[in-house]
Amino acid sequence: MENNKSTLVVFSGDLDKAIASFIIATGSAAMGNQVTMFFTFWGLNILRKDQGISVDKTFLDKMFGKMLPRGPEKLGISKMNFGGLGAKLMKYTMKKKNISTLQELIELAQELDIKMVACTMSMDVLGIKKEELIDGLEYAGVASYLADAQESKINLFV
Amino acid sequence: MNTDKVLDAKGLSCPMPVVRSKKAMDEIKTGQVLELHTTDSGALNDIPAWARSANHQVLDHQEENGVYKFWIQKG
Repeated sequence: MENNKSTLVVFSGDLDKAIASFIIATGSAAMGNQVTMFFTFWGLNILRKDQGISVDKTFLDKMFGKMLPRGPEKLGISKMNFGGLGAKLMKYTMKKKNISTLQELIELAQELDIKMVACTMSMDVLGIKKEELIDGLEYAGVASYLADAQESKINLFV
Repeated sequence: MNTDKVLDAKGLSCPMPVVRSKKAMDEIKTGQVLELHTTDSGALNDIPAWARSANHQVLDHQEENGVYKFWIQKG
């Protein structure tokens, strides 16, 4: 039973899907599995630092940077978001029911040695620089994801 | 029953009971017993499933006023 692997592709940057991804990932790590989370496209927003970081960027990249949510606190939910009100309500009710926040789940994932990988191609597309993402990430592409996925018994695309 | 460590996970919801149990197991030796208290109703299925995957053994469980108690031996 030792050394089973789980892999998740986190493509979505929706708060609800991010929470689901991190619950599965941390649960899997608790069950003794080696877990890799591969963040691509909108999923990269989950890993952004909430403060603005000044880095050299083209105009278009800057616009992307402004429009896309910076980190767990800014994400919307995939249904009934109503311009962010839905996300606020969701966070409020989850807090009341004592469910871990996305921020807490991310910290927990790091504590459990979950490997978090940012897709460098998506970073290029969205104009996101390493300095803008949280610490402790690895940077890679499709081959390293596939190499991990091939050895995994659980592989999800969220 | 002999207990080597007690974990109070009451009020915590999925995935915390399992994650905390895992951390607690890291702190005891093989053969020692963890006593877990949780209020998560999913735990009735979740704790045995986690124990099976992680090679631990659920020795006993009880329910008392909405609190589920598990005795799990580290494998």
